[in-house]
Amino acid sequence: MPRPERPAPTGPERPAGPGSGAPIRPTPDPGEPLLQIVDLTLRFGGVTALDRVSFDIRRGEILGLIGPNGAGKTTCFNAITGVCPPTAGTIRFRGTSLGRRKKHQITRLGIARTFQNIRLFPEMTALENVMVGADAHHRTSVPGAIFRLSPRHFAEERVCRAIAMEMLDRVGITERAHQIARNLPYGDQRRLEIARALATRPALLCLDEPAAGSNPAEKASLLELIRSLRDSGYTILLIDHDMKLVMGVTDRIVVLEFGRKIAEGLPAEIRENPAVVAAYLGVPDGSA
Amino acid sequence: MNIDFLIDNFADLSVTGLAQGAIYALVALGYTLVYGVLRLINFAHSEVFVTGTFATILTLRGIGIGPDDPVPSLLMVLLTLVLASIVAALSSGAVALLVERVAYRPLRRRNAPPLVFLISAVGASLVLMEIYALFLGRDNVRVGNLIKPRTQFTVFGADVTNRQILIVVSAVLMMVVLDSFISRTRLGRGVRAVSQNPDAAALMGVNKDRVIALTFLLGGLMAGVAAVLYDLNFGVTKFSAGFLIGLKAFTAAVLGGIGNLRGALLGGLLLGLAENWGQALLGSAWRDVIAFVFLIVVLMFRPTGILGESLGRARV
Repeated sequence: MPRPERPAPTGPERPAGPGSGAPIRPTPDPGEPLLQIVDLTLRFGGVTALDRVSFDIRRGEILGLIGPNGAGKTTCFNAITGVCPPTAGTIRFRGTSLGRRKKHQITRLGIARTFQNIRLFPEMTALENVMVGADAHHRTSVPGAIFRLSPRHFAEERVCRAIAMEMLDRVGITERAHQIARNLPYGDQRRLEIARALATRPALLCLDEPAAGSNPAEKASLLELIRSLRDSGYTILLIDHDMKLVMGVTDRIVVLEFGRKIAEGLPAEIRENPAVVAAYLGVPDGSA
Repeated sequence: MNIDFLIDNFADLSVTGLAQGAIYALVALGYTLVYGVLRLINFAHSEVFVTGTFATILTLRGIGIGPDDPVPSLLMVLLTLVLASIVAALSSGAVALLVERVAYRPLRRRNAPPLVFLISAVGASLVLMEIYALFLGRDNVRVGNLIKPRTQFTVFGADVTNRQILIVVSAVLMMVVLDSFISRTRLGRGVRAVSQNPDAAALMGVNKDRVIALTFLLGGLMAGVAAVLYDLNFGVTKFSAGFLIGLKAFTAAVLGGIGNLRGALLGGLLLGLAENWGQALLGSAWRDVIAFVFLIVVLMFRPTGILGESLGRARV
């Protein structure tokens, strides 16, 4: 399937879209990767959802994870965040294996995510939603909180509220702070999910189709947000169907099809890759 | 039908009903809290309550207040009440945590289907009940003589006793504390997050096992205080006393909207009132029938209870 590498694309083929006037970032420093996925395999009964998938996420990059429906993208997220423990293979974060850690432990290590279908706490205010994320790092004792007398409890609540407000500001929905989450407009709910994830203070932020269902204007401002997050030091793993969005924002791309990795490289390389084109257009391998 | 009797004694019946209802409400909180986070009816909660009734009696005995002793001085009564409440709340809380650990957590680890939890709950309930029967006997156990009911004031011709005031005030106070804990603290936020979306909560760093244990503990603490009030109100308990009050409290929780803390309060008080008015009308033999007919009628018109499932509605 793989053909000889094509010559590296030239500059102008790099991301088009908002912010394309910005200087092209050099390829991130290929030092120790933030997350290493080695031979990750996941089986559900007889179905192999992921088959020996390996890739690295480097510090400070936006890595796109793409592929046709059912390729295993979300399953890959689920494995990283502890929702579905791997059948085989290892995931190493900052050099240590995630093993069979629980979801909340993985979050506290510094991996946060958003969801393909929005999963907020619908009856809480936007601020409270984000505070749940910020709580991940707080430690009031149970008696301290029950009687609400401990000074530490008050101090933590203050800090937590401040962090939550900062994150709402970061994604640009400060004015929604005291509204009930389920009443927020769709686009703001997506942003709220990002704010909530940021509040857990992640090093790696996994965004599962953050632009799904958004209009072009919303997509453009979302791209801006994702880029600004990377520029302030977050490493981002992004799933999306929208090729334009993915091509426009990612530094590198990994392509999955039927649970296998079929390509990995710079956006322009991926766009030219015949296996990827075939996977997306459904063209038989031979005629690509 | 004895409408005249109901009308003549309406105020008195209402006061008695509110006092009983307050106790139902406190016990109902345990059902509603656990249902809120686990979508599970903890049928062993009735025995968590019974634990408190025995803990109270044993505390009174320890201090030297028996059923036939004279009522001690006011200061002594207050100190005893506080001590008994703490002991009862902690014992009930401990048993609730134990039930969660032994009867539910292993099932949760194995992703057991909901029906298995139900059977485990009934099993835990029977085991606890028989343990109490073994150690404390199958007969009625009388409560130490702590409060002599004395009329404090009269509203619409109803005598309100010191005991009734104590019961209603303590119950409402406990509920206010719980409500503010759930709505204003970090741990309360965790409880609400898990009840609204358990998976998302875990992925945002909420320790689900800890939140679940916490809700059992809170339910247990409330049941313990309810047990002290029950002992004061009825003066007697039994190894199987939890069965009926557990059923009533569960009814109260469903009536108000299970998963809804304020619903538990409303459901409890309404149930207490309905029972007392109904038995005046039809005779005391009908008391329990009335409670359940009332539930059925309410559910026919409001299937999610009077206030609805406030935590539950959130579930997608």
